[in-house]
Amino acid sequence: MRDVAVVAFAQSEHSFSDLGWTEADLVTPLVNEVLEATGLTRSEIGFTCSGSNDYLVGTPFSFVAALDTIGAWPPISESHVEQDAAWALYEAWVRIQHGDIDTALVYGFGKGTVGDQVGISSLGYDPYYLAPLVPGHVAMAGLQARALKDAGFDVDPDPTPPPATDGAAAVILAAGDVARRVRARPAWITGIDHRIEPHSVGARDLTRSVSARQAAERAGVGSGSGAVDFAELHTRFDHEEVLLRRELGLDEKTVVNASGGPRKADPIMATGLIRIGEAAARIHDGSAGRTVAHATAGPCLQHNLVCVLDSEGQD
Amino acid sequence: MTTQGSSASQTSDERVPHVLEFPGGYTRSTGPVIGRFLTGLRSGRIYGVRTPDGKVLIPPTEYDPVTAAALGAGDDDWVEVGPAGTVTSWAWVDEPRGDHPLDRPFAWALIRPDGADTALLHAVDSGSKAAMATGMRVHATWRAERTGSVKDIASFAPGEGPAEVPVLAGEAELEPVSVVTLPHRLEYRLRPGTVWNHFIDGMAVGQIRGTRCPTCGKVYVPPRGACPADGLPATEWVDLPDTGVLTTFAVNNVPAAGAPEVPFISGYVLLDGADIAMLVLVSDVPWQDVRIGMRVKAVWVPEAERTRSVKNLKWFAPTGEPDVPYERFEEYV
Amino acid sequence: MGNRCAVIGVGQTAYRTKRADVSLAGLVREAALRALEDAGLTFADIDSVVLGKAPDMFEGVATPELYLADALGAAGKPMMRVHTAGSVGGSTALVGTSQVQAGVHERVLVVAFEKQSESNATWALSTHSPFSASLVVGAGGYFAPYIRAYIRQSGAPGNIGMMVAVKDRINALRNPYAHLKIPNIDLAMVEESMMLWDPIRYLETCPSSDGAVAMVLGSERAASAAVAATGRRPAWVHGAAMRSEPMGMAGRDSVDPRAGRDCAADVYRQAGVTEPRRQFAAAEVYVPFSWYEPMWLENLGFAEKGAGWKLTEAGATAFDGDIPWNPSGGVLSSNPIGASGMIRFAEAAQQVRGQAGEHQVAAAVDGSRLALGHAYGGGSQFFAMWAVGANKP
Repeated sequence: MRDVAVVAFAQSEHSFSDLGWTEADLVTPLVNEVLEATGLTRSEIGFTCSGSNDYLVGTPFSFVAALDTIGAWPPISESHVEQDAAWALYEAWVRIQHGDIDTALVYGFGKGTVGDQVGISSLGYDPYYLAPLVPGHVAMAGLQARALKDAGFDVDPDPTPPPATDGAAAVILAAGDVARRVRARPAWITGIDHRIEPHSVGARDLTRSVSARQAAERAGVGSGSGAVDFAELHTRFDHEEVLLRRELGLDEKTVVNASGGPRKADPIMATGLIRIGEAAARIHDGSAGRTVAHATAGPCLQHNLVCVLDSEGQD
Repeated sequence: MTTQGSSASQTSDERVPHVLEFPGGYTRSTGPVIGRFLTGLRSGRIYGVRTPDGKVLIPPTEYDPVTAAALGAGDDDWVEVGPAGTVTSWAWVDEPRGDHPLDRPFAWALIRPDGADTALLHAVDSGSKAAMATGMRVHATWRAERTGSVKDIASFAPGEGPAEVPVLAGEAELEPVSVVTLPHRLEYRLRPGTVWNHFIDGMAVGQIRGTRCPTCGKVYVPPRGACPADGLPATEWVDLPDTGVLTTFAVNNVPAAGAPEVPFISGYVLLDGADIAMLVLVSDVPWQDVRIGMRVKAVWVPEAERTRSVKNLKWFAPTGEPDVPYERFEEYV
Repeated sequence: MGNRCAVIGVGQTAYRTKRADVSLAGLVREAALRALEDAGLTFADIDSVVLGKAPDMFEGVATPELYLADALGAAGKPMMRVHTAGSVGGSTALVGTSQVQAGVHERVLVVAFEKQSESNATWALSTHSPFSASLVVGAGGYFAPYIRAYIRQSGAPGNIGMMVAVKDRINALRNPYAHLKIPNIDLAMVEESMMLWDPIRYLETCPSSDGAVAMVLGSERAASAAVAATGRRPAWVHGAAMRSEPMGMAGRDSVDPRAGRDCAADVYRQAGVTEPRRQFAAAEVYVPFSWYEPMWLENLGFAEKGAGWKLTEAGATAFDGDIPWNPSGGVLSSNPIGASGMIRFAEAAQQVRGQAGEHQVAAAVDGSRLALGHAYGGGSQFFAMWAVGANKP
């Protein structure tokens, strides 16, 4: 694999009420910020990928409006995932591995303050057995919290939701020498992997997250020195930290969510990308040598992505 | 005509309602496995499906969650379970929603019916949070009007039951369930952005406003927060005349809720001084007479009736001036 | 670029107005199993799954990859969900291709679907924010003005769109999966059909379909193994690219978008194509409204600007022409929106594999010429394309 690093990260000053932000308010400044931070021009970006969700504001094609604000001219090599933008970063990392491009721009954005999050999250569950009941994300998390409590973990069995948030984030990835040129201390991605597990929560052991463990093993969280200074985990609910620490193999020395994490700001579809950005920022500023970022999707941590970042590449 | 700076209007704090609801609800064909389970619920019975390694899954999924093997093809693969079962986990709901199974506080619970190896999610009507416990015994209670839906189970109640299954009139004549209709309504409240507000303030006084990109100088109408070509914030406002040329159009004969009565003309008008054509309604002219290159002018509602709305601009109508040669606006199509 | 990638399995469902016999999972599963069978593989052999579909509002299931993971054997694997509007089927194939080209995975299952009968596409596509006007009803309402502009610019005779509508429906008669089968279709029937969005007539539009398509994409090693196991040859990816441009940009050419031209140029450069009309044996191009054939003939470099309609008029794009376009019947005959782009990619692959059945273009089989798969979406602003061939690139 080519050495690829996070070389720039920007996030919005998130809002907890609807300020009428459009994509031009959310995305444009961040794209310009990461370009300025690296000194790269738009034409030097090899690939662009974004993550967003149409249901957050209730109209189709949310990514079309965003594309209209980022200066996609002349036409750009670009794609979009209807997932958290952490998966857009994964797609961009894969694309850079081809060897013909060295840089990628990744962004994600979401407005969590304008819609009915219980109703929206329920549409993401089994459409025959779960969605008609409209259980919502908080109750789903509650089932997992209660399962952990019953299994003897010290967690609150009645989780509270993360703050409804409007916000966005942008990242630039760069390979090898380009990364070293544009950033004094690149955050090298030494491993990145994601795995999904079965959907039905009643068929899973909710005290575990098999897919998080698989992704962490494949991303190499425990390899090398194994020491992780900081971890940024996509914990929308407090009890998830206990579970994820165990599945990712993080010990008590690892500081989790020094940024405040999703419990302080949860701009859906950017929250996972922000974890990667924050984990990279600890390396950029010299406060860490090795960090881990995690993103998740689906009820009770169904789908998990793990990214290991290091101040030193593998070459 | 030009104002400098980001003179964003703050005249409106209003949040505009937006409803997302497919009329009549989504119609979902169930396929044989889900259909068989829902047909069972309509009869007041809960069926699980057996996997090749002998586990009984509830609710029955079409495919083995681990091996992806297809399930439920043979009658032998189906097992009646419950109606009593054990709560394996739960979450309390203090404030039920209108679309929840119960209208009083209840618990969402994972319930493993007797005879099953997995649990299904449903509501437990325990009366209070204190009455809920993992491991408690519950049984299904049934709606009288059952349609073949997970909501045919009204909820689960504490204890062994069984609850009486109300007779469903004419059930014997019903076809097996193959379709479910699922209404789903999402409500949003959206606040317009600063750019939109400034645009609407103009519309309130019969003035069309656009933005100019500080880099390329192009004038956009409706206004944009950022230049699509340069990706930089647009900060300069431009007042535009309400006259222009029709660059292209469609004659619409497909009716839709919220759209004008058919036939209506949707067209692109390049306002004089703008660099991009704006999508508008064209009227006051027989549809057969509408032409590419036609000069048009905005028709506004009378001043006294104007509100803070795009609806102040009713449509564009021909001015009667000579048509503009195509070559003069071709690059704006 | 990167490692070689081949299509080693293709599976399609029949495209129908309503697949009342299956669930959403059952629909995607049918295509996936057929692709696996074609490749001589099972779910256990797959390293990664990529799912594509158009807006979630079509079926009212948000992020459906979560629920569909079980049906697609994805447990314990990476799963992606792509959404790039109408081009999504093509983009989904390319995201999977990228994973093989990057050397990240050996065998990737890509799946795209739409079950439009669960709601109504015109409703979903016309859903808009309260801050925009409701002047566009469905995709036809959006594209009709650009078709009018093309007719004005090119001076094309008014019957060209009708010729495409007839040609693609006749092609569909040879395709067992095609949705619309109109054996007695002719120009008069198209002309007499209702004018929906002038200049688009009813029979010049695509249908609303339920359906799914899947492909297994493999590395060079996986391709060798598939050939040994099945005796069916793979389709090699010779060039692949995506391009996007803003929708509402001053000076943008919405009739002949630069993103489409740039995307084609990138694919042709990778594949060594300098004369597309001669070097492609067949093209499967996203033509949801009949007039988009002459428009894309120009945009993709098969004809000079303003002359695309002449190829259609001369019969060059017919099944027995020198460059058949949409021998499968195309989007005009089958349109499960989110899958339509991938169907184009898959049909192009089947042509060079010699697996296209009754709609096999003879010239595609000998390996000397390539086939083009194309998809576009949004306001003619998202493009995804690949060139595939029977020989290794």
